[in-house]
Amino acid sequence: MATRTMTIEDAKAGEVTHAVYEHPFLVRLCHWLNAVSLFVMVGSGLQIFRAFPSFGSKIPQKNLLDWPKALALGGWLGGALQWHLTFMWIYILTGLVYVGYQVFTGNYRQVLFVRRDVPGVWPMVRHYFFFGPKPPVREAYNPLQKYSYTSAIGLGMLSVLTGLAIWKPVQFSWLAWLMGGFHLARLWHFLIMWAMLSFVFGHLVMVVLHGWQNFASMLTGWKKDSGYGSE
Amino acid sequence: MLLVFRGFNPMSSRTDPRRFKALSRRELLKLTPIVALGSFAIAGLQKPLLKAGLDFSDWASAKLFRSGHLAPTFRDSDLTPFDRFPINDYDVDDPGVDFDEWTLTVSGAVQKPGDYTLDQIQALPKLTQNTRHVCVEGWDVIGQFGGVRLSDFLEMIGSDPTARFISLECADDYYESLDMATAMHPQSLLCYEMYGHPLTREHGAPLRLQIPTKIGYKQAKYLTDIKVGHVLEKIGYWEDQGYSEFYGL
Repeated sequence: MATRTMTIEDAKAGEVTHAVYEHPFLVRLCHWLNAVSLFVMVGSGLQIFRAFPSFGSKIPQKNLLDWPKALALGGWLGGALQWHLTFMWIYILTGLVYVGYQVFTGNYRQVLFVRRDVPGVWPMVRHYFFFGPKPPVREAYNPLQKYSYTSAIGLGMLSVLTGLAIWKPVQFSWLAWLMGGFHLARLWHFLIMWAMLSFVFGHLVMVVLHGWQNFASMLTGWKKDSGYGSE
Repeated sequence: MLLVFRGFNPMSSRTDPRRFKALSRRELLKLTPIVALGSFAIAGLQKPLLKAGLDFSDWASAKLFRSGHLAPTFRDSDLTPFDRFPINDYDVDDPGVDFDEWTLTVSGAVQKPGDYTLDQIQALPKLTQNTRHVCVEGWDVIGQFGGVRLSDFLEMIGSDPTARFISLECADDYYESLDMATAMHPQSLLCYEMYGHPLTREHGAPLRLQIPTKIGYKQAKYLTDIKVGHVLEKIGYWEDQGYSEFYGL
């Protein structure tokens, strides 16, 4: 897919800026709806977890952690299930629309981590965490970003599949079987949530580090001074 | 300033700062539908919206239910030991049922209403199954249950084949209901035995529901009344507190 670019000429100041259309409307819409629903899914999920905060047997029950009620959503198990079973539809729908759109338009090439990206991961890690030199910016996402986003999409799919195995362990008994049964599927669902949260944490840190133009691009689609594109 | 394009790009265009700002604003405004999610934060709207979400999930659950699909069964060696099979009540472990006087009262859209004794029920073909019992709280156990098929009992009482629900009353004032598709499922039992022994009082003696395709709270204990109907007058105790009505597994 050809990248839409824009040359902004300020006649008075005699300045020329470049902008790249990085995020199509549907991608932005799905991103924010999914972000809100993920927040609700985690909050209500942790309240659901509070009803049986263990992955062992019920008798005797050994609690894994006592998650504070203040950091959970729904007030009680029934309330949390209402939030969870309502927002899961938004979570799934935005995920499907996003993936469908990316595949249909070919825009997935912007974000899908492929073998060609592998050698570029380490230089980015070295740059971010070990004060290495900044690798040249060639496209919207660097290899480490592609790796992170592709992982996040994968985690999103796994969160839905493990959730389905817990919600419908009989109708989707093959899915529950693949995960080692209802009991283990519940553990995978929980662990995937933490993996997703660690992605969100890293994502937010990067958003803060990369400044306003980068953040604004997920709102308007356009990123000014991208450092690549038409120059 | 010299612009060097990497090849011909038909999607590149020129503009000025004012028009770029207007373009950005238009793109931003396209996202306003997201604000609609804020209605979940409005006190008066939150409850009906979540109810609608839960109802939609129940509708999808009923669609996903396949009457011929069996719940997984397990070997005896997979059973959770009987003394580690949890007992959950909303009220009391033992509502003090008088076993000598106990009958199951049948009413509603049936040809043969009346009181049925445990002997009459146990005269139907017996089924024993090792299935998983899943609690809404998140724990699960594998138990061994013996009883008669609910579908056999419904046939015995001459249940109207067009009826859509059955409602159940319990000795501890608990109440529940089942959709007919689930009631007719070949693994749905009127259960009077666990682990080869008569049901103990805390597990719902003398008769309880045991339905491997439903969540635990739908599997009412201490049954006293069963009513076949076309409309649902009462859904269930926990459902009235806000739990899912269908909750099929």
